[in-house]
Amino acid sequence: MSPHLHILSPGLHTTIQDFGRFGFQDLGVPVAGALDFAGLRLANALVGNQPGEACLEISTLGPTLRVEADSVRLAICGPMRLMLGAAAGGERRALEADRSHRLSRGDIVEIGAVAAASVAYLAVAGGFDLAPVMGSLSTYVRAGLGPLGGKPLAVGTVLPLRAATASDSDDLALPEAMAYGGGPIRVMLGPQQDSFTDEAVATFLSAEYTVSKQADRMGLRLEGPRLAHRAGPDIASDGLVSGCIQVPGDGGPIILLADHQTTGGYAKIATVISADLPRLGRAMPGTRLSFAPVSVEQAEAARQMLEREIERRITGLRPVGAMIGIDLTALYDSNLVSGMVDAIDGE
Amino acid sequence: MDDLRIADLGDTAFSVEFGEAVDRTASAKVMGLRHAIDDAHRAGNVTGLVELVPTFRSLLVSYDPLVTRRRTIQAEVMAVAAACSDAPVTAARSWRLPVCYDDDLGPDIDAVCRAAGLSRAEMIAVHTGTDYFVYMLGFMPGFAYMGDIPEPLRLPRRSTPRVKVPAGSVAVAGSLGAVYPWDSPGGWHLLGRTPVTFFDPARTPPSLLAPGDSVRFHAVERADYEAACRDPGRLAPEHLLAEGG
Repeated sequence: MSPHLHILSPGLHTTIQDFGRFGFQDLGVPVAGALDFAGLRLANALVGNQPGEACLEISTLGPTLRVEADSVRLAICGPMRLMLGAAAGGERRALEADRSHRLSRGDIVEIGAVAAASVAYLAVAGGFDLAPVMGSLSTYVRAGLGPLGGKPLAVGTVLPLRAATASDSDDLALPEAMAYGGGPIRVMLGPQQDSFTDEAVATFLSAEYTVSKQADRMGLRLEGPRLAHRAGPDIASDGLVSGCIQVPGDGGPIILLADHQTTGGYAKIATVISADLPRLGRAMPGTRLSFAPVSVEQAEAARQMLEREIERRITGLRPVGAMIGIDLTALYDSNLVSGMVDAIDGE
Repeated sequence: MDDLRIADLGDTAFSVEFGEAVDRTASAKVMGLRHAIDDAHRAGNVTGLVELVPTFRSLLVSYDPLVTRRRTIQAEVMAVAAACSDAPVTAARSWRLPVCYDDDLGPDIDAVCRAAGLSRAEMIAVHTGTDYFVYMLGFMPGFAYMGDIPEPLRLPRRSTPRVKVPAGSVAVAGSLGAVYPWDSPGGWHLLGRTPVTFFDPARTPPSLLAPGDSVRFHAVERADYEAACRDPGRLAPEHLLAEGG
């Protein structure tokens, strides 16, 4: 069989995502795409891919997969707990996240829980050999759009690889993990801040909210002070973007993310700026959020800053060939390296 | 176009709004501006444009903030709007779509007839007697909001939405009509069902309907409906265009 990764266990909700499916929103087709576009770019950079190559987006708990190719180079970007073991008499060894690894046929990668974020990204050098659907490899599960029938990974899923082998060049590591920033989430008020009472706008910009358990790729429902509308929540349906904060009749804000519908009929008090979308895409239930208003000029400067942060890590990628031979298990056990890959014995 | 208003959607989009009313006048302005911006974009006069999403009374302009700046693209769009006429855009395509109005396929027929004070035959005559204009798509891929539903058939949404509305269900709510392209939850009143496929990612374009299209329904017998369900090839888009449509 042609080179592929064989999924032994799918994880909680693992999907293929790229930067999204643009150009069809006028037909009601959501953009979908990576919740954390910074993580997607860094994972791709670690294996030498183009920035928007499709990756596995791993939510909460990762898949277990077996390498069915002579060799493959993969990288996982994000705070993961991982297990890796060689099928052929596997000596226990540990591998880091945020760097690439050249693996061989029969190797089994067991990806555990994402530790401090809701998503992480797995890239393979050369990318997955899958046919785009409407110009994109992003998966939109609600309408079954995307590769693999628009479904998440399942037991037995075969992920074909474009590259039959991996080059024997050095693996690469991020110079430092991505910094997603802290402090209040930055928003621009609008498009319908006038639908809310002055008190509601003031409350929104001063209160603390918590991401509820109703959080998925479509959006984050927040718990916290309710926001009152001047004359009801309904508007003539209009267009939406990721980051829109809509407030239905119960007054509880919902931040829309990648799988949001293209249009909506609830008033939107504010929109999260694009520089803070990766941070929100990673936000887990229980995360506390507050909001601060910025101007469009400040938003644009923040986005430029985020790009520089991403690019600084990509230009700073360092070869890690010298690491071979180091007892990584010892490093892991002594907690000197973060985001380690643990190891299991082969079958 | 001097009656427009710009609303912010962060640093990746803004909305050009034309008043509050949902009607053909506002829609004509939205669609007119949409086509004008598309043309200007192709001519290289709008940079960084990602997508245009027309809705009832506004046009979403989304852009790449790493390619352009808000100040720049907003000025480019306003220049297009200033030169844009308000002349109504004629319907892009006219569709004729079969509907079977049997009770099990349109479970709200009785309720709608009672509320409207119409017999079933009269209700069908009213529903099939109008050309509906596709204002916009949204809610789910291929879901078209069309109007305007004639006065007697205008009802508020069901107080309790259905958990599952079958794909192909032909529905009304208020002044709007729609067909559910997928099985989904829904709160509109169901009058019948069409065997037509409204969304197919393998087709170009994937959605049967697009904003600006016109739709006319016609009643078919159960046998014809079922035959069409068994042979979807008969319902390929090219067979559904009205004469001259």
